[in-house]
Amino acid sequence: MTRDQEPHIVSFAKLTAVWLTLLALTGLTVWVSRLDLGVNRVWGALAIAMLKSGLVIAFFMHMKYEGRLLRWLLFVALLTLAIFIGFTFFDVLYR
Amino acid sequence: MSQPQHRDHAGATLGMWLFLFTELILFGGLFLLYAVYLARYPHEFSVGGKELNVVFGAGNTIVLLTSSLLAAMAVTAVQRGQQRATAILLGGTIFCALLFLGIKYVEWSAKIGHNIYPGSIRLRTGPPGESVFFSLYYLTTGLHGLHVLIGGTLLAFVTVRVQQGKIDSTNYSWLENGALYWHLVDLIWIFIFPLYYLIL
Repeated sequence: MTRDQEPHIVSFAKLTAVWLTLLALTGLTVWVSRLDLGVNRVWGALAIAMLKSGLVIAFFMHMKYEGRLLRWLLFVALLTLAIFIGFTFFDVLYR
Repeated sequence: MSQPQHRDHAGATLGMWLFLFTELILFGGLFLLYAVYLARYPHEFSVGGKELNVVFGAGNTIVLLTSSLLAAMAVTAVQRGQQRATAILLGGTIFCALLFLGIKYVEWSAKIGHNIYPGSIRLRTGPPGESVFFSLYYLTTGLHGLHVLIGGTLLAFVTVRVQQGKIDSTNYSWLENGALYWHLVDLIWIFIFPLYYLIL
């Protein structure tokens, strides 16, 4: 956690590159959802959404440049969410 | 007066992230409801989803992604000491927030015009799955819209403080945390868009 001494500055060019990638992925997700893939459309859309949110968290929200504490806390929060959703489905699907 | 003010930048960031985690769990609960009811009423959800306008959804996605870019650039600008650029970039973010809400208004108006809103005759007399779908649609996008409103207000407040010189390159936790909140709003929409507008 040394960021108080020297905050990481993300350049405009890098942010713009991330934005263009996000727009491209938005186009991709619209295209994929038009294909006849059955239930895989759901997984495809979710995979792209997770990739997009990863980019937003890493670059726009500076998580890539944060210390270990915040990264672990994010991991714990996402794990909690995954358990929360996953365990509900153990009940819903096999009731 | 000359005494330096105590500041804890790392603490402010940590506190903001902890709050954002609670927001993730809040929206996670709504996505969980969506998933469970999608498994129960796949056909009705498909019918409901086809009523939603992909153009409005995709347009709002682009607006929010752009607003997030501008907010992230504002943080870079303030770190570099470019006060004026910071205020302009934040203005751009707030403009996108208003544009998003404007599109949302048109979209909801069209839905309500088609007699689709919680408790409408069409939904009360129709199959229960469709009613569940539109209730979740209004709840999720409504709560998200409220976050857009709060985030936009917060960033307007931050912009004023930037212009007053109260936020600068030595003290920008307010701006950074406001931007973090804004990115969360974008993050939630990244999931709402495919789930409600695309895959059904």
